[in-house]
Amino acid sequence: MERLRRTMMFVPASNAAMMRDANLYGADSIMFDLEDSISLREKDTSRFLIYQAVKTLDYGNTETLVRVNALNAGGQDDIEAMVRAGIDAIRLPKTETAQDILDVEAIIAQTEKKCGREAGSTKIFAAVEGPLGVLNALDIATASERIIGIALGAEDYVTSMKTRRYPERNSEEIFFARSMIVHAARAAGIAAVDTVFSNVDDMDMLRKETEIIKQLGFDGKSVINPRQISVINSVFTPQQKEIENAENVMAAIEEAEAKGSGVIALNGKMIDKPIVERAQRVLQLAEAAGVWKEGEEIEW
Amino acid sequence: MTRHTVHQQGVAGTLESSDVQILIDQNSAGGIDINLTSSVEKQYGQQIRKVIMDTLKNLGVTDAKLQVQDQGALDCTIVARTIAAVHRASDSVSDIDWGELEEWNV
Repeated sequence: MERLRRTMMFVPASNAAMMRDANLYGADSIMFDLEDSISLREKDTSRFLIYQAVKTLDYGNTETLVRVNALNAGGQDDIEAMVRAGIDAIRLPKTETAQDILDVEAIIAQTEKKCGREAGSTKIFAAVEGPLGVLNALDIATASERIIGIALGAEDYVTSMKTRRYPERNSEEIFFARSMIVHAARAAGIAAVDTVFSNVDDMDMLRKETEIIKQLGFDGKSVINPRQISVINSVFTPQQKEIENAENVMAAIEEAEAKGSGVIALNGKMIDKPIVERAQRVLQLAEAAGVWKEGEEIEW
Repeated sequence: MTRHTVHQQGVAGTLESSDVQILIDQNSAGGIDINLTSSVEKQYGQQIRKVIMDTLKNLGVTDAKLQVQDQGALDCTIVARTIAAVHRASDSVSDIDWGELEEWNV
């Protein structure tokens, strides 16, 4: 089944309590941060803390990533430690070119070889946070077999673009960047994750932002506070009507296949390949969110 | 095994809940001397000391004085803070041998 990435929660790698509890809030992915949320003088202690936590604690099926520092600012050590600890993926911030990904990949590959971890098992998640990265999104998304997703980091991006965030105006200032990211992700067959929404008290605006990115085709959104998780997850969870419609589409296509029919219709509308694919995705999302299971009635 | 020698004061960790702060310094009298403060000392004091002693042994530290203020940290946090304090005290933060750490750290 396709892995859900509706919510990717930032957890500062310096915080022992959050590291212990990170799995309790229902995020699909946990992203431990060694970069911007960690002061320069605590990079070393945070790296040891997250290394030990990932080696020891059981995060279940939740995907674990770590946001590393720039390679010339401790990133090399970050990557070596995290690959050895068994992290699922390295999240590279401020990615600008495909070469940035290849540089990280080389360190990962070298470490996997040194420590005997299966070659290719450590994945890469690229975060694009500036205009050059946005313009190179497709090159970045296709730079390595290890890439599982691409994310937008909008705070740095809007600063570079000499603007700021305008969520109250439908975030038009990042529409181009979002479109580039989601197109690159879909062309490469990887996940697209949107930027954080930094006002943790405004759940209405968070819901509106999430509805916009869902409409654009994103898989999910980065989260900076556990309280944001349920709002985002609920936007990405298919509603009962969508699920029923998807079930009907799948039943119709199965019936047509059994009869050997070609073109089929449901409620007067032709069902073609894209409609079937959308129905499959709705059911995958619903099943992964625990609101639907094949062959079972779910109480709403 | 690299033998870490404490030749300056090293501190790691915080006084926040679920963390432990470890201050390590030279011990002119020789051996390991741990001064532990913990709200759960009665129940877990022995275990906390054992985790620290085992980690020091694995890092090759034979002489050190430690002030430990525990706030209910998990064992993995105690190990991480001990490793970090020792590296700071032995001035080896920029020269970490991850392969060697992994040999004993499972």
